[in-house]
Amino acid sequence: MSGPDRVHPRTLEALLLVLGLVLVPHALRLPLWVIGTVVALGLWRLGVARRGWPVPGRWSRRVLTAGLVAGVGLSYGTIMGLEAGLGVICVMGALKLTELRSLRDAVVLILLGFFLVAAQLLFDQSLASGAYLFAGAWGLTAVLIAVHRSAGEPRPWRYGGLAGAMVAQAIPIAAVLFVLFPRIDGPLLGSPGGGSARTGLDDHMDPGAISRLSRSGEVAFRVTFEDGPPSPSLWYWRGPVLTRYDGRAWLAPERRSGSGARARNTGRAVAYRVMLEPHHRHWLFALDLPGSSPPEGRLDRTLTPLAESRVRQLRGYEMRSFPQFRLEPRLASERRERYRALPESGHPQARELARSWAEGAESPAEVVEKGLELFREGGFRYTLTPPQSPGKNWIDGFLFDTRAGFCGHFAGSFAFLMRAAGVPARVVTGYLGGDMPPDEDYMVVRQSDAHAWTEVWLPEQGWRRIDPTVTVSPARLEQGLAEAVPNEEPVPDRARSDGGLWQGVRWRVDALVTAWNRWVLAYGPGQQRQLLQRLGLERWPEMVTLLAGALGVAGGSVALWVLARRRPWPDPPARIYARFERKLARAGLPRAPTEGPEAFGERAAAAFPQRAHTIRAITAAYTRLRYGVGEGSASLAQLRRWIARLRLPRGTSPREPDSP
Amino acid sequence: MGRQGRAVRLDYPRIYILPSRAGLGFAATVVTLWLIAVNYSSSLAHLLAFLLVGIGFAAMLHTFRNLLGITVASGGAPPVHAGGTARFRVGLSEGAGRSRKDLGLVRMGAASAAADVPAWGEGWLDLEVPAAHRGRLRPGRLAVATPFPTGLFRAWSWLEPDWACLVYPRPETGPVPAPEDVAGVGRGGRFGEGDEDFRGLRRYQAGDSPRHVAWRLVARGQDLHTKQFAGQAPSRIWLDWHALPGMGAEARIARLTRWILDAERVGRIYGLRLPAEAILPGQGAAHRHRCLEALALLET
Repeated sequence: MSGPDRVHPRTLEALLLVLGLVLVPHALRLPLWVIGTVVALGLWRLGVARRGWPVPGRWSRRVLTAGLVAGVGLSYGTIMGLEAGLGVICVMGALKLTELRSLRDAVVLILLGFFLVAAQLLFDQSLASGAYLFAGAWGLTAVLIAVHRSAGEPRPWRYGGLAGAMVAQAIPIAAVLFVLFPRIDGPLLGSPGGGSARTGLDDHMDPGAISRLSRSGEVAFRVTFEDGPPSPSLWYWRGPVLTRYDGRAWLAPERRSGSGARARNTGRAVAYRVMLEPHHRHWLFALDLPGSSPPEGRLDRTLTPLAESRVRQLRGYEMRSFPQFRLEPRLASERRERYRALPESGHPQARELARSWAEGAESPAEVVEKGLELFREGGFRYTLTPPQSPGKNWIDGFLFDTRAGFCGHFAGSFAFLMRAAGVPARVVTGYLGGDMPPDEDYMVVRQSDAHAWTEVWLPEQGWRRIDPTVTVSPARLEQGLAEAVPNEEPVPDRARSDGGLWQGVRWRVDALVTAWNRWVLAYGPGQQRQLLQRLGLERWPEMVTLLAGALGVAGGSVALWVLARRRPWPDPPARIYARFERKLARAGLPRAPTEGPEAFGERAAAAFPQRAHTIRAITAAYTRLRYGVGEGSASLAQLRRWIARLRLPRGTSPREPDSP
Repeated sequence: MGRQGRAVRLDYPRIYILPSRAGLGFAATVVTLWLIAVNYSSSLAHLLAFLLVGIGFAAMLHTFRNLLGITVASGGAPPVHAGGTARFRVGLSEGAGRSRKDLGLVRMGAASAAADVPAWGEGWLDLEVPAAHRGRLRPGRLAVATPFPTGLFRAWSWLEPDWACLVYPRPETGPVPAPEDVAGVGRGGRFGEGDEDFRGLRRYQAGDSPRHVAWRLVARGQDLHTKQFAGQAPSRIWLDWHALPGMGAEARIARLTRWILDAERVGRIYGLRLPAEAILPGQGAAHRHRCLEALALLET
């Protein structure tokens, strides 16, 4: 197995090991039988190499191929798409193993390995995946070198250093391409869906929706404020506004049409930058109340910030908001009616209560006050794990029976009560709060900060934010979720702020992750356009020129680095010969500055006739090694040895050479 | 490109580099990964595709560097007879302090085994060139090539070195008559075959004197055999171009070559007479070489 075009068994083992390590992160996402097949075929191939186990014939391989691909199809229901595609790559790679013999097969497997690395990056873009990317590229490059050694390579690991150098030398080019190579808005082939199911707010809210979300410690987005954050009571992050109630859940408008709304902003603007984790939805989040459209996006009529396309990768955007605002002080009666609409039936007790408020109140503001009073004094409890209330009349069950709920219950039933009492109302979902890591200039908002509140419309005043949850549990606003729910309730790890060393470490890690997100992951088509605009380059010939120039500089530097002479002149023969010169100089025969080595050698041979033979051999070896002329086959080591062994009479004056 | 000297240093302008088949596969992989990255809007997948572009570029530089500054030299090849294979011993010497790997020679599409060269050291390769005709054989255009390190690229440099192999003529095969005694030097001009002491029998060859045929064996029904006698040994003979009338030039050369080899084998002292020169009788490897060289380079 070690002839030309044959892969040496040690190299084969190295290849199997690297591919196995590349596969590790996929282990949990592949069906068990695929992992089993891959491992079994890998081990069996090892047995072929080490113990001479039999290789399957062509027909059994074909049957195996058909069987495994069909198995993937059955497992996933398809062989297309990211997850099934990964399964196909794995079984095909494992099958390639069975016929792995020639260099070509090995190269095909290594290229498959790069696809496995890429697949992991599609599932997960964390910092760890970044490290995995570089480690995978390094390992696969090392085995690529080892399999190409013509004589077969019994020590494949010796190419780790060279492969590492190549990966390092690849970085300048990769960086230039990453920043300047034109980014294209995906997807190219339909919606690639799947693969990255994320937690996040939805565009409808049943009473349990937000409490489910609150158990996740995942980061929703991070915010950097230009002039420091506003006061915590203003950390309402506006997301999808829900305007319709269908008897069970609050829903988003059928079409998010229109743009903006009449808002009079009073007070100071807050400027900030959001780094939004991908949630595969259209909406963005902005501090209440957004005063400008997000870049490459818009505000709809309910002032929900929306992106042009789904947020499928980390997205950074700058926003300005006005915490003090007056929104739509005048509302067309037709729209006012729409914000009072409710289904014909359901929640009879709540309707009855609301009607009584409407009758007893002089103004809508008074109705609102009555509603808040109910929550404040009705013995309501704020909890992450509300008791199950009957699905159909959950509002009645919550208001008059269990009286324990999460923000979804409070906001949903409050908006219902307001509508039933004739006050235009809607539910706003988003996040409330956020954490500021110590010594950092940004805020982290997590899924556990998800929140729902309401807006009611009052004549002349416009839409006003009413947060019934805070009425029940003021701690939710001031100290966050973990303080607001009783201690024994499960809250996500990070939401509890018990401090300590561990938390400090976690904040450090988070700072690193934030930098990674900010500089690597969020860089997409939008950021690239912004960067180029900032550089004053908007037309593509200029961008191509910039890309070509930057590539030239990066490539040229790498070329200089790789091709530059490493060893300083003089080269080893000259260094060794210098010892010979020193020896002769000590013996009273220094080399004249203009004397060539041959003339000097002859003079020395004449001066020390007993050593003439050695001196001539040294001279011949040196001129050949240094200048490539002359006879002999002495190596550098021999030259060194001859010079080391040369003994010359010390101090005695050498015989003067005969002058011609 | 004119013929170069015996030692050729591979410098920048001499080295060519192109992607190999594996390299094209690698390029296709990079493009596919980029498409996947665009389709899934994955920043990290973009980074992987771009990193692989960089690795490809680094691979190209390393492959180029693996050849750069190598000096290729050869002292030629030991003489062979036409029809044999000339084996040039080619030395690769490293003068930049970097060890080199997998350097091979390619001639007319056929690659030699590859050799490694240590830093400041030398590596050796055997270049096999079929020797079809007598004369001086030069390897012609050949390439020093390397796929190292990644095999994604192949770097090569064309050489047309001034290395030569002396190709002796192809000796005539089969039974050949012994050379005639033309000049009468010594006794019994036959190839060491005097007629004093009977030495043995050998199979009859065309041209043997009927006087020496062992007729008694013929009478017993056996094949023709010629009696051989030990003459004044070692006797001197002249192998003479002109003693082969009626034969073409190449046939004469082949016959003379065979005679030289036979004479040397049996320890004869022989001289060679050619149209334009004569080599005085002698013996031994150097003498044989002189005679064969004269035949190899004979202009006809």
